[in-house]
Amino acid sequence: MAFQFKKHSVLPGFGLTFGYTIFYLSLIVLIPVAALFVKSASLSAADFWATVTAPRVLASFRISFGGAFIAAFVNVFVGLLIAWVLARYEFKGKSVVDALVDLPFALPTAVAGIALTTVFSVNGWLGAPLDRLGIKVAYTPLGIIIAMMFISLPFLVRTVQPVLEDLEKELEEASATLGATRWQTFRRVILPVLAPSLFTGFALGFARALGEYGSIVFIAGNMPMKTEITPLLIITKLEQYQYAEATAIAAVTLMISFVLLFLINYVQWRQRRRYSL
Amino acid sequence: MSSSSAIPTPGASVKEAANTPGGRLNRAVGEPAWVRRLLIGLAILSLAVILLVPLAAVFHQAFHKGFAGYWAAITAPDTLSAIRLTLIACAIAVPLNVVFGVAAAWCITKFDFPGKNFLITLIDLPFSISPVISGLVFVLLFGAQGFIGPYLIEHDIRILFAVPAIVLATVFVTFPFVARELIPVMQAQGTEEETASITLGASGWQTFWRITLPNIKWGLLYGVVLCNARAMGEFGAVSVVSGHIRGETNTLPLHVEILYNEYDFTGAFAVASLLAFLAVVTLIAKKILERGIRAQLAEVNASKGAE
Repeated sequence: MAFQFKKHSVLPGFGLTFGYTIFYLSLIVLIPVAALFVKSASLSAADFWATVTAPRVLASFRISFGGAFIAAFVNVFVGLLIAWVLARYEFKGKSVVDALVDLPFALPTAVAGIALTTVFSVNGWLGAPLDRLGIKVAYTPLGIIIAMMFISLPFLVRTVQPVLEDLEKELEEASATLGATRWQTFRRVILPVLAPSLFTGFALGFARALGEYGSIVFIAGNMPMKTEITPLLIITKLEQYQYAEATAIAAVTLMISFVLLFLINYVQWRQRRRYSL
Repeated sequence: MSSSSAIPTPGASVKEAANTPGGRLNRAVGEPAWVRRLLIGLAILSLAVILLVPLAAVFHQAFHKGFAGYWAAITAPDTLSAIRLTLIACAIAVPLNVVFGVAAAWCITKFDFPGKNFLITLIDLPFSISPVISGLVFVLLFGAQGFIGPYLIEHDIRILFAVPAIVLATVFVTFPFVARELIPVMQAQGTEEETASITLGASGWQTFWRITLPNIKWGLLYGVVLCNARAMGEFGAVSVVSGHIRGETNTLPLHVEILYNEYDFTGAFAVASLLAFLAVVTLIAKKILERGIRAQLAEVNASKGAE
């Protein structure tokens, strides 16, 4: 045997497990996803372009990308705050707070959607006081951002928190003994170390918010051109049997997700190389 | 803010820190009590507004017209059939992904081969695909205009807008959970124990059942809990492939949507409260299992350190 695919090992089962992994992966994920690209390739380039640059589609991109960006950006600060408090301080009920962070992972999105809508509607618990201040949340772009914040918050907290926990205290001690104030230490010592994980968390949260459907559709209002997110537009096209158009929009969204995924993997790979020598 | 001017006489503070070991230094690398309290307060406030208030609202809305209305909504025939379908989808999707997760984690963590990281990325793929698109791909495969749709119609096999598509969409969106929880756990544990077992003459299956499985049980359970939560709660993907036939192709989350859109808010939140309760149980189970995983990894590290 001239070429050896895997390194020698006394453990059995490589053929079986590797074969099954590839088989199942292809069957469930790769072939269906490939179907999407094959289908979108059946459109001519001109049709494809016309579809994805139609005003309504562009408006939905603007709403989805803009909303996801703002939500993930705000969550960089909120997430850092929560991660910091969980990693650094002891307080009563901390384990409950820590468990609560994962709620958006565990709560079905439809449930989150109707709950957020009720809370932020004009006579809801938070919507009523906000309405008196003249701020409308439900059925506006702000509602979309709130739902996107809900869904993307855990990504920020859970990527930053472990890095903060592993951060060597010695670095901060050195900085302090050299005379830096606490704020200087935070800005110049801690923040640079956190930056890759903040970016990763931002990108993960952004990607999730971009594709999110269930928790947003109830609160969004779903007005074409104004509060219609891209995933909803895909569903609308499907329901009108415009399969090719739905597929073209989906293909664009998917390509952007893949680029994000690649970026995230690249940043994490660089981070690992730098810090785990 | 320029750094050089803001740093007050470095030498002095080093001496001070050295003079009072512990105390002053700890203060220098921590925050004053009022900052700490402010940050904790802000963190709890933001979590409460973003996460806790919506969760509380689900239970409040479900019960605010009394228990009778709640019970009636939960035991309505359409709700019961939605519960049944959700349980069926989970009962198929979770075991399939457990078998896959274990197989994938075994080949990735016990062997060295090229393209391993790429394989891990591919396994994670469904996480970065919008739920709506996860549903769409099955419409493109099995729909009337899809790739094998005409064949299915000819042979009178119903996949789309029926239970098989719902199960498939659920399998797709929960695909990575078990594998991605197992891979880091099994990576940390290495291959020494399995190698010893094999060299002592045990068969592969014996090694797996008696050595590997007990070692990974917490990580495996953790993956199962997360996989199950997502399987029961999936909305977007299932919504696209379900066809929304009441009493037939409605899962619990889809039933929530239908009731809500019919302005039956008590009913919608009653059904939603079942799912929210499941989410709370999931969070608690997650916490407990995380403790188990940590203990098991600590054990591994201790035994490795002892060698």
